Amino acid sequence: MLQIKDLHANINGKEILKGINLTVRPGEVHAIMGPNGSGKSTLSAVLTGNPAYEVTKGEVEFYGKDLLALSPEDRSHEGLFLSFQYPVEIPGVSMVNFMRAAINELRKYRGEEPMSATDFLKLMREKRAIVELDNKLASRSVNEGFSGGEKKRNEIFQMAMLEPRLSILDETDSGLDIDALRIVAEGVNKLKTENNATIVITHYQRLLDYIAPDFVHVLYKGRIVKSGGPELALELEEKGYDWIKKELGEL
Amino acid sequence: MQALQQYIDLYREHHEVIDRHSSAVLNALRPEALQAIERNGLPITRHEDYHHTDLEAMFAPDFGLNITRIELPSQPHEAFRCDVPNLSTQLYFLVGDNFYRNERNRELPDGVIAGSLRDIAESHPELVARYYGKVADVNKDGIVAFNTLLAQDGFFLYIPRHVVLERPIQLVNIISGGVSMMHNRRILVVAEEGAQAKLLVCDHSEDDGINQLITQVTEIYAGEGAVVDYYNLEENATCVQRVSSTFVHQVATSNVLVNGITLRNGTTRDNYYIALDGEGCETQLCGMAIADGDKKVDVYSHIDHRAAHCTSNELFKFVLDENAIGSFAGRILVREGSQKTEAYQSNKNLCASATAHMYTKPQLEIYADDVKCSHGATVGQLDQQALFYMRTRGISEAEARMLLQFAFMSDVIENVRLEALKDRLRQLVEKRFRGELSQCQQCAIRTQKQQ
Repeated sequence: MLQIKDLHANINGKEILKGINLTVRPGEVHAIMGPNGSGKSTLSAVLTGNPAYEVTKGEVEFYGKDLLALSPEDRSHEGLFLSFQYPVEIPGVSMVNFMRAAINELRKYRGEEPMSATDFLKLMREKRAIVELDNKLASRSVNEGFSGGEKKRNEIFQMAMLEPRLSILDETDSGLDIDALRIVAEGVNKLKTENNATIVITHYQRLLDYIAPDFVHVLYKGRIVKSGGPELALELEEKGYDWIKKELGEL
Repeated sequence: MQALQQYIDLYREHHEVIDRHSSAVLNALRPEALQAIERNGLPITRHEDYHHTDLEAMFAPDFGLNITRIELPSQPHEAFRCDVPNLSTQLYFLVGDNFYRNERNRELPDGVIAGSLRDIAESHPELVARYYGKVADVNKDGIVAFNTLLAQDGFFLYIPRHVVLERPIQLVNIISGGVSMMHNRRILVVAEEGAQAKLLVCDHSEDDGINQLITQVTEIYAGEGAVVDYYNLEENATCVQRVSSTFVHQVATSNVLVNGITLRNGTTRDNYYIALDGEGCETQLCGMAIADGDKKVDVYSHIDHRAAHCTSNELFKFVLDENAIGSFAGRILVREGSQKTEAYQSNKNLCASATAHMYTKPQLEIYADDVKCSHGATVGQLDQQALFYMRTRGISEAEARMLLQFAFMSDVIENVRLEALKDRLRQLVEKRFRGELSQCQQCAIRTQKQQ
């Protein structure tokens, strides 16, 4: 579904991604790990079309389409979803209006009629249950006054609502306690089908105990320097990143 | 000042006609108004409070005035289909600056008087004379003197002691007729001790490319313990220029809400002068302006705390797009002895384009030592992070911008104390941000023409 070829990207003229290659197929879970500042979040920002980043080279194909040519909203309509590391607070915009706008724009893109109010509320109720999101939060402004854990649960709730084909979870485990981590991970697993795929960006093995990856990649200095199976994550947990740096001849 | 002189000349030449088509109570103030305007003129742009509104330019054209009170052809009841759902109001009309007389039955509580200022000044001269021109001072601002000099009619609302007017009163100002005119309107609201009323004033005009100039002076007298809500909603065409001045006099423990909303306009200058003249008064002064194109909205407010234990809350918000220019100057004066005053002012503005301009000037002047006062002013752009976040959820940039701008205005709408109007405002503001309010929705003068 996703093919990234030799992707290079800059922010403020500084090159962060220096040639990423990655292929993701339906049903797969990929974990991307790596030390701070290696370009993990940049990769997710570039894939979702954050205008702050500039792609200087390479291509990304998503179900045969040139992903980089699409607007952020159309990338979403095509089935790409990003769970933000730092979900944005939007005072004054209620979760209900926000989600209704998102759902109806998706339906418009597919040439469908807007969803009726009753169907929409039913859908909200159903999906809220997946991440045990309180009804009170759903009636508040988007992420405003939410705790760290609530924000992350809200991200997975939105993922459940939009049913993306490819989800990128950017450090979804950061700032979560064990219970919240379990709820979020279980939510992600419930949404898993053989037709969708997930890219999990994380520092730690911890989240991968709950969301089992098929592939693990190490991103370092803007490149994927090592790929392997789930055992690679365990090895990293045990040995740290110095071991990779050593392999690269840096230490 | 040639712009002004032509209208002074017009008055001198035709004052008998003007007087004959008005009422003695209104006429009685004209000589003093003439003196004031000749002495002070209209404020010029060098005047600190008028940096951003050029009255000279506004008054320069030779506008016609309807001094003989010709009934302009209009059927406002047919033309105006109020689509505020669940808002049942007593409806009155000013066509131009002429009160539209009609035979519809009014179910007003005993003693309540509402209707043409001119007619009521004839039938109840003592009542009108007691308040007319007493809240708005002709020496305060040349524009008040100008309006007092030439206004011949308007709207009058009187609520006697302890009468609660449940149904809101709605005054619709319609401008049509296809002739370039100046309209001098006058509104007088008197709520006696313990009385309660809600007045919604709506400006509607059609974008027919014909220049119009409106001066409007509103006087609100709130007696002891009275509760008055005054909403002024402007939906005017681009070719309409408006200078409005709202004066409020509050007696002890009265509670007044003033909310000025500019949804569509050409050039607007709104002045608010509020005097809290007795202990325990509460004032809520708020407003919003949404402007794009080359529109201008200039708001000036002056809240005068003359007594102890009063509270005022002021909130104005602007969203400016394209080349629009907004301006806010808010002065709060806490006089000596006005202890335990609480006065809060907030002006928040959003420039949605790189070429929109906002000027803001908070001014607090405090001569009492035991008070709580604050002011805050911000000018910002749309939150880029929030925009991107929404777009990653499939919300188009245009829709995301609309949602953010709407959210920005939500607290001004929340301050409305009429549920039905609140709902309606949400719709109107949303439509405005969607660009679907390019034509005035209610005044179907337009619809009539299309038919």
